[in-house]
Amino acid sequence: MSALLDIRGLSVEFRTSAGVLRATEELSFTVGRGETVALVGESGSGKTTAALSILRLIPDPPGRITGGEIRFGGRDLAALPERELSDVRGRDIAMVFQDPLAALNPIQTIGDQMTEMLRRHRKVAREEAKERAIEMLRLVGMPSPERLFGRYPHSLSGGMRQRAIIGIALMCHPQLLVADEPTSALDVTVQAQVLALLLELKRRLGMAVLLITHDLGVVAEVADQVVVMYAGRKVEEGEVNDIFARPRHPYTAALLDAARLELSRDGYLPEIPESAPAHPGQAAGCSFAPRCAHALARCRSETPRLEDVAPGRPVACFRAAEMPI
Amino acid sequence: MSAPLLEVRELVKRYPLGGGLFGSPQVVHALEGVSLALRAGETLAVVGESGCGKSTLARCVLRLEAPTSGSVLVAGRDIVRAKGRELRRLRKRVQIVFQDPYSSLNPRRTVFQAVADALRLHDICKRKERRARVERLLNRVGLGADHMDRLPHELSGGQRQRVAVARALAVEPEVLVCDEPVSALDVSVQAQVINLLKRLQRELGISYLFISHNLGLVLQIADRVAVMYLGRVVELAETRALRARALHPYSEALLSAVPVADPQATRRKRHLVLAGEIPSATEMPPGCAFASRCPYRQEICTAEAPALRLVEERLVRCHFAGEWPAPAAAVAPGL
Repeated sequence: MSALLDIRGLSVEFRTSAGVLRATEELSFTVGRGETVALVGESGSGKTTAALSILRLIPDPPGRITGGEIRFGGRDLAALPERELSDVRGRDIAMVFQDPLAALNPIQTIGDQMTEMLRRHRKVAREEAKERAIEMLRLVGMPSPERLFGRYPHSLSGGMRQRAIIGIALMCHPQLLVADEPTSALDVTVQAQVLALLLELKRRLGMAVLLITHDLGVVAEVADQVVVMYAGRKVEEGEVNDIFARPRHPYTAALLDAARLELSRDGYLPEIPESAPAHPGQAAGCSFAPRCAHALARCRSETPRLEDVAPGRPVACFRAAEMPI
Repeated sequence: MSAPLLEVRELVKRYPLGGGLFGSPQVVHALEGVSLALRAGETLAVVGESGCGKSTLARCVLRLEAPTSGSVLVAGRDIVRAKGRELRRLRKRVQIVFQDPYSSLNPRRTVFQAVADALRLHDICKRKERRARVERLLNRVGLGADHMDRLPHELSGGQRQRVAVARALAVEPEVLVCDEPVSALDVSVQAQVINLLKRLQRELGISYLFISHNLGLVLQIADRVAVMYLGRVVELAETRALRARALHPYSEALLSAVPVADPQATRRKRHLVLAGEIPSATEMPPGCAFASRCPYRQEICTAEAPALRLVEERLVRCHFAGEWPAPAAAVAPGL
């Protein structure tokens, strides 16, 4: 069966005053129907650039997709005319951003924003659109949805705003939801509420989710498949249990150690040394090598390519087969 | 036992909000009678979610903010009422590291200048000794002489936070208030800053009032934990005891919401997912502030505010404190 979303060799550049920054380089991964894929990385890893590229939301200039394909439903979104692409946005693929206040229109009611989304893509009468919006507000767990329909974003709490945004995103029952750090701006107890909601809706609507996050705790809770990014490249991919049980890239292993917050016998947390701030147009070699505890001389001169260490387990590290070291 | 280094007594902070054109003025209840004592050499963590008052507490402790009532005793002297030279002397004993090293450092001052300013303001050493002193401080936090003349934008986030720590240490404080010191940093860098703070505590015997929203982290580094909700301490316990079992339903929800980086364990784990919304800090409900979200809520909870009481060697603000009636709903196995 072919994948729902198939990204092949995606490269995105930003032209900055300091030179050309390659935000993602030859990034490839797929999202199957109904699957939850987590794109994991820290700031500057290129995960958000990858997410925005899917619907071509990268501001151009300074950004530009310089190579690769974004296959979705038999078409290449990277090459689609803008008119056709805007039909895909919101209808087939919807997006949820990190900051709920910035994603909502402050001078439009929640209800208007929901029905606008629906009526933009489907022939639906105003009254029916309203009914469906209220139904969706109920589905995302809003108390008294009829009242909420007429309210403005500023009068909602952070958790309610994020649920409203998820509601707007799901109005057209998209096949794929791209969620960029959907819970990072929320408190942990509210985060748990929103994650539980996302999983429940995914199950009920049979939707696939591409989750962009730096939080491995969230990944452990919701993902089926994990793609780990570092400095614009995919460095490892695998099924969630396997990634957590046996990471093959030293970066993944170090991130997991950091996320587990377990003290060593002498009472300290495991560290990853910090490198200097990244510069565009990096030198040769593995970009993680300066911080890697297991780097060899070869790692500093030669860039490791993605190779399968096991079926479905591509890893970009010369020492992947030896891991855990 | 000797007097605590820092003692917060019945601290109240209310912010008046101007009412609308026709509305009556409202009041934000940021702190509603918080009492804490920090012992020498310990790490006392204050955890809670946004709006619980933890940052206001930090700011009142340093008197960056004047509390509405209550007192903050530094070595027995009230910093809230201190003036002039005495205030300066008390402030020298309590320093702060803020969350965001991108905005807590002046972008136009070099690392040397940022740290030397603290030495100069508190008249710590002679002018010609400053450079050597700053270098020693930087070494202490894992930076070198080659960082001295750099500007903040030339440093990574972790390095900037090290500079902030060096600046705080310059005046040799006994207490360091850390307000979300690693929340703005990447996961892989957080551990470095935490380890630095731990090492400094071992070397200097300094005490930390550690403000954080991250209970998972706090459980690893604090000796005691105070859990706050809407301006009140709802549970204050030894870390080990809290990790084993929470006695306040909100602490239990926080504990169960800590994301665990283990897919099999986390999907088996019992999650206490709270329903309902956090009440606004301007309209405090009668009764228990947590009642609107509490899965164990009973009639008494909405009628009568529970007092902070001693249960199993800890303080808990709950009518039932661990002996809850069967939950009404919302306890789901796995998410």
